[in-house]
Amino acid sequence: MGSTFLALLRSNRQFAAGIVLLALVAGFSCLSFFSPWPPNDSFVVPPDLPPSADYWFGTTSRGQDLFWLLSFAIRNTLVFGIVVAVLSRLLALLIGLVAGYSGGVVDRLLMSINDTFIVIPLFPILVLFYFVLKDHMSWGLLALMMACLGWSYDARLIRSVALSLRHREFTETGIFSGMSTRQILVEEHLPYVLPIVFSTTMNNINWSIGLEVTLSVLGFTDINTPTIGVMIYWANQHTALVAGIWWWIFFPVLLVVMTFIGLFLLAVSMNEHIDPRSRLGRSER
Amino acid sequence: MTALLELKDVSRVYGGGPFARRQVAAVSGVSFSLQEARPEIFTVVGESGSGKTTLARMILGMVAPSSGEIRFQGTDLATIRGTAGRLAFMRKVQPIFQNPFEAFNPMKRVDRYLFATARRMADVSGEAAIAAAADTALRSVGLSLAEIRGRFPHQLSGGQLQRIAIARALISRPLLLVADEPVSMIDASLRASIVNLLRELRDNSGLAIIYITHDLATAYYVSDRIIIMRQGRVVESGQARAVLDDPQHPYSKLLKSSVLSPEVPTGASHA
Amino acid sequence: MSVLAVEGLRAWYRTGTFGVPRDVRAVDGVSLSVEAGEIYGLAGESSSGKTTLIKTIAAATQPPLEVMAGTITFAFPGGPIEMQRADRRALAAIRWRHLSYIMQGSMSVLNPVRRVRHAFVDFAFRHLGQPKPQFLETVRAHLQRLQLGPDVLDAFPHQLSGGMRQRVTIALATVCRPEFIIADEPTTALDVVVQKEVLAMIREIQRELGSSVLFVTHDMAVHANLADRLGIMYGGRLVEEGRTDQLFRTPRHPYTAHLIASLPRLGDTAPKAGLSGTPPNLADPPSGCRFHPRCPRATDLCRREVPPLEPMAAGHRVACFHPEPVA
Repeated sequence: MGSTFLALLRSNRQFAAGIVLLALVAGFSCLSFFSPWPPNDSFVVPPDLPPSADYWFGTTSRGQDLFWLLSFAIRNTLVFGIVVAVLSRLLALLIGLVAGYSGGVVDRLLMSINDTFIVIPLFPILVLFYFVLKDHMSWGLLALMMACLGWSYDARLIRSVALSLRHREFTETGIFSGMSTRQILVEEHLPYVLPIVFSTTMNNINWSIGLEVTLSVLGFTDINTPTIGVMIYWANQHTALVAGIWWWIFFPVLLVVMTFIGLFLLAVSMNEHIDPRSRLGRSER
Repeated sequence: MTALLELKDVSRVYGGGPFARRQVAAVSGVSFSLQEARPEIFTVVGESGSGKTTLARMILGMVAPSSGEIRFQGTDLATIRGTAGRLAFMRKVQPIFQNPFEAFNPMKRVDRYLFATARRMADVSGEAAIAAAADTALRSVGLSLAEIRGRFPHQLSGGQLQRIAIARALISRPLLLVADEPVSMIDASLRASIVNLLRELRDNSGLAIIYITHDLATAYYVSDRIIIMRQGRVVESGQARAVLDDPQHPYSKLLKSSVLSPEVPTGASHA
Repeated sequence: MSVLAVEGLRAWYRTGTFGVPRDVRAVDGVSLSVEAGEIYGLAGESSSGKTTLIKTIAAATQPPLEVMAGTITFAFPGGPIEMQRADRRALAAIRWRHLSYIMQGSMSVLNPVRRVRHAFVDFAFRHLGQPKPQFLETVRAHLQRLQLGPDVLDAFPHQLSGGMRQRVTIALATVCRPEFIIADEPTTALDVVVQKEVLAMIREIQRELGSSVLFVTHDMAVHANLADRLGIMYGGRLVEEGRTDQLFRTPRHPYTAHLIASLPRLGDTAPKAGLSGTPPNLADPPSGCRFHPRCPRATDLCRREVPPLEPMAAGHRVACFHPEPVA
């Protein structure tokens, strides 16, 4: 595993670029543990100062040091994205593998549920939930809801792989070796499905972060916890762009764009690596 | 005395139902039986579309016949339900598939199938005993556990993989092997050893083998009895050498005359 | 002059996953020639390199396959052409008109969503230089000679049976009357009955056009019944070559001898022995003679040095230090 990682780093420039970007972002988010000020305190520093030697990213209109505030924000955003991705992968795997392997009535039932979820328009539903739950809306609850809405697309992908695997001869060898269904799904089929899971995880993180930013910018989430979207929300509330405080918008956006591009590059380069056919087709000399 | 395997007027139809355009009978009215006391190599010969693979799958219990009965040691296959019942059946009837490279998961080591079979189908427990069971089975096909331990399918040749598949099938001490074109995807120079191995298993272990092929020459070499199938029906059956030396049915005659012999025709004028 | 002359050809697959270079020596020093009007059979099993050889001869190589050394020269009426040096335009000019290809799967050639007629138009129209209606007439006449009805042109590939499709593929490959045809396992996927008809068709068209055919298959029975001369490939090299009847009657190379002896024959129940060992790994081939690990006659010399392909009798070349004695 480790040697593969290093080898990929050396030979695949996209992978290296993606890793570098993500390392920067993740490293920056870890700095939040060293922040001299708690994230929600305001007016701890002079407000509206442009980036300088004292305040690297400048300060906000609420008197917060943008550098440290941003480290909290990106940390929360990343954690949120990863939690949603993990939860929805688990759901997608479970439903996709079972539907593909079982076939028949079970498959049809699961896929009807799946298709219903695909069709549901996410954004209005999430806004609706916000208005219904208002004060009870927490990040955990939002993550759970998004996970429940984000599994359906990939479950279908996983199901189609599982379907084709069901009829391959090694599955039948496994059956005649006495392997149980669970053993076959986990040990024989999962390795084929993992490449899809990996690349969709990256996309899923991007998707959930994007949705979170959108909702937060519009104020439909808990605006007291700093995340990238919430920062942009507050910047808009204080009409930062009109007032000329460009850094309040610029740096959060820069960080989230770096995250997106890093994850994308990772997804694309890992995909190429994991699919053995594409490996053979390139002469990497 | 109960027959080992008995097929009575077995058919398998695809399509049908209220919206189907037409029905296709993959297998129609096949009947034969194998006796336990006389292990033999029973060959099913047919071209593509003859239904021989569907027949094999029905005997293995992977597909249910649309009509007719298949009885193994007196039990109707349709009555076998539940994991325990299936396992008991699979202990006694094992498959060999056509493509040795597909028979094993390319991402996994081949020895794990041997170990799984030993553990679940032969009731062997404990690592040492399982390894010993696998090794014994491999030695009976001319390999050993030391040679193949930890290897992946792409590191082995077609001939070796097919032997491993046979070894795996033997671990549970089955009474019947269903081999679907076991040598058609193996190099010609390696085929003879696999085919000889099957003959040995019949002679020394009393194993009955249903051998499915389209290759008449190999069928002649290895079979005791033979049936020739065409579009789902049996057109001719009997003792293998008798049928192939002197076929009666027009289709059998056509098949025999189309077989190319690996001999340069005497007096042939090549351009 | 031979229609095809291959000299010292080496074609390797060069892969470098994670910066670890690996060369699969699929074709490692092959020299052969094909004369006008003859059917040259190329036999070999898995990892013999025969598929790579014909890909290289047809100049259909793509990375990671690279030609490392050697020349491939065709002597066509327009003048000799060296395949490695020719540019794309020169290759396009000879492809199909002078050099055509019959592939194993007819569905690799025929577009499943277009009628068969379009395949003929796509492949052959610009070579024959006739106006469209006349071109279609030529095609119909050609099909008729091959006993295929003209309505085949209006059909979709899936409406034809496998054997019919393969016959269409052969008609397609011969409509421009090429001087050289490469046939890559054209009958392997076909039923025995259909195979006989398709082989007869190939023989007939070859006789009529006088083309040379390089016929590749692992099936020795097909070679016995079709090829004039036969070349046996093993581990990326030619190990024996000669007239078909000579090879079958007195094979000199141990591999050939064993191969022929192990083939089952209808009506023969004498026990056959298979070859021991496994085919060579072309990424890490055995030293010296590539067959030595499996050869009952191998000696130290065979392990050290590569036996050269040398004539042992008229028109019979063998690459072996200890060839089988003539019975």
